Amino acid sequence: MTVAKEPKRTKPTDAATGPAPTTRAVTTGRHHDPSSGGRLQAVLLYLVLSFGAVAFLFPFYYMVVGSLQAEVDPSVAGAFPAPGNLSFENYVAIDERIDLFTGLMNSGIFTGGALIGTVVFGVLAGYALAILKWRGRGFVFAMALLVQVVPFQLLMIPLYVMIARDFGLADSYLGMILPFLINSTAVIIFRQFFLQLPKDLFDSARIDGASEVRVLWSIALPLVRPAIATAVILTFIGPWNEFLWPFLVTKEAELQPLAVSLANFISNIAASTANPYGAMMAGAVVLSIPAIVLFLVFQRSFVSTDLGSGVKG
Amino acid sequence: MTTLSSSPVGTAPAPAGKPSGSRPKRRLLGEHPLGTLFAAPYVVFIAVVFAYPIGFAVWMSFQDYFFAAPGAVVDRPFAGFDNYVAVLSDPDVWQAFGNVGVFLVINVPLTVVLSLLLAYALNTVIHARTFFRVSYFVPYVTASVAVVAVWLFLFSGNGLVNQVLGPLAPDPSWLVNSALAMPTIALFVTWKGMAFYILLYLSALQNVPKELYEAASVDGAGRVRRFISVTVPSVRSATFLVLLLATITGANLFTEPYLLTGGGGPNGASTSPVLLMYQRGIEQGNPDVAAAIGVILVVLVLFVAWLQRRFVGREES
Repeated sequence: MTVAKEPKRTKPTDAATGPAPTTRAVTTGRHHDPSSGGRLQAVLLYLVLSFGAVAFLFPFYYMVVGSLQAEVDPSVAGAFPAPGNLSFENYVAIDERIDLFTGLMNSGIFTGGALIGTVVFGVLAGYALAILKWRGRGFVFAMALLVQVVPFQLLMIPLYVMIARDFGLADSYLGMILPFLINSTAVIIFRQFFLQLPKDLFDSARIDGASEVRVLWSIALPLVRPAIATAVILTFIGPWNEFLWPFLVTKEAELQPLAVSLANFISNIAASTANPYGAMMAGAVVLSIPAIVLFLVFQRSFVSTDLGSGVKG
Repeated sequence: MTTLSSSPVGTAPAPAGKPSGSRPKRRLLGEHPLGTLFAAPYVVFIAVVFAYPIGFAVWMSFQDYFFAAPGAVVDRPFAGFDNYVAVLSDPDVWQAFGNVGVFLVINVPLTVVLSLLLAYALNTVIHARTFFRVSYFVPYVTASVAVVAVWLFLFSGNGLVNQVLGPLAPDPSWLVNSALAMPTIALFVTWKGMAFYILLYLSALQNVPKELYEAASVDGAGRVRRFISVTVPSVRSATFLVLLLATITGANLFTEPYLLTGGGGPNGASTSPVLLMYQRGIEQGNPDVAAAIGVILVVLVLFVAWLQRRFVGREES
């Protein structure tokens, strides 16, 4: 069973005075109904779960199968790969229209900028919010929570006017990255991980004469590596999958992330290709793979309950 | 929300000097003034990307605002409630808000019921738990744009869904049927976002005290009865959060109607307010009207959130 291997992290308390982390790292144990009536119910639950798994995974299987069909086949038989009908033609066809490599590179730069910003500035802010005492700390933390519920629809128009018109950052990576530069959920996750570290650690380092920067770099940072993994995967899927904002600020195809160029392909170009659905799904596979692979690699940190508590604050 | 809009850009505290400092300085800046410096980039970010634009949006919605060449000084007169009058007398706006209503009526109950059910099942079974959890997360981590491609294929006129349904297939097909376009979008969003809500319920379920189940068993409650009388009330605060986040997601709908139904079709039957803001504000060059739609939308979301808190989240601290 894999549960035992899971990093034993639990929902940290907000109060800095909470009990030491070691005593709290217990709650991962789950509730197993000891008195439950029997096999039938277990079978029923597995049926529900399996039905869910099929519903969630089938479209992805179908995406791959569809992207490999030379001749589009929407019939039930088409859901099973026919050896005679398999080819990479669709990948070639969509690459001719939207240049997948450029799209992937732009997505990478956009996402990379947000990741670097979040890891550098987000860790600093999280550390300041958890460990250091300074005027305005409570206010900034309240802001970080409030930002989570600010709906993008209210920000869309003013941000467009500011960034694309006033700052003249339309069609630039900087304009794309700016609203995603620091992920507030990641800041809250960092803060909660720093809060779990024992206070004495910091105090003794300070007494030994370590500067605040050194305490952060050599003591705190190595201890919160799991938080960084969680924050990386969380921050990655935001910009990588984002459509609306880069769609608003980039008109030049050369600068568009893959999500935007694929969307343009779906809404404008696909109809003029020989196998529109096949080409669309080939593009979809290319766009999905990096996020899914990264998720599978980091899934332990992503599926942990910290994420939920990060949003709850 | 009001705290945000009323805070001017200047709130970013001035970076502090050395952490040493004399006593009055310490009283002014706190024990570790360096914290201000560490947090400064984030504070500036929030001010520039959140606080200022919110104020700007509200201000813009009361102006006769239009795009001008960068740097050009133009007169943008105060317009009072003109933009709001224009918005509220526009039938397209009413239709878009009605569409979100349809969306929420389908998406929210479906999300709550299915994610609680799956989280409960996941929390109870012993084997293959990781496999199930991971498989539920695959749609969540994938770009909407990518998943839309498959759904277009699945739900097209002679797509797999209609092939399976045979004579039961709707005509006109799902995404071009004005009665079914919005429900299909709601189904899509429910499916795609479910994993996150399962996660929220899962962490809530793990905090339900075992004694409650045992006490219920002693009282002779069966599994179903225990689920209804113990589990459902115990995860109430998670349910509140799920309701709130699902409502915000619904209000933010853009990519799905833009791509899945080709820009809110058929005949605006699946237009969302954000899609309308894009069309009015950026395509047609009326950012002031779009800002007014945004303000109305946010006020409505806050109202729905308040209702939810009142009726579901009451016991929350």
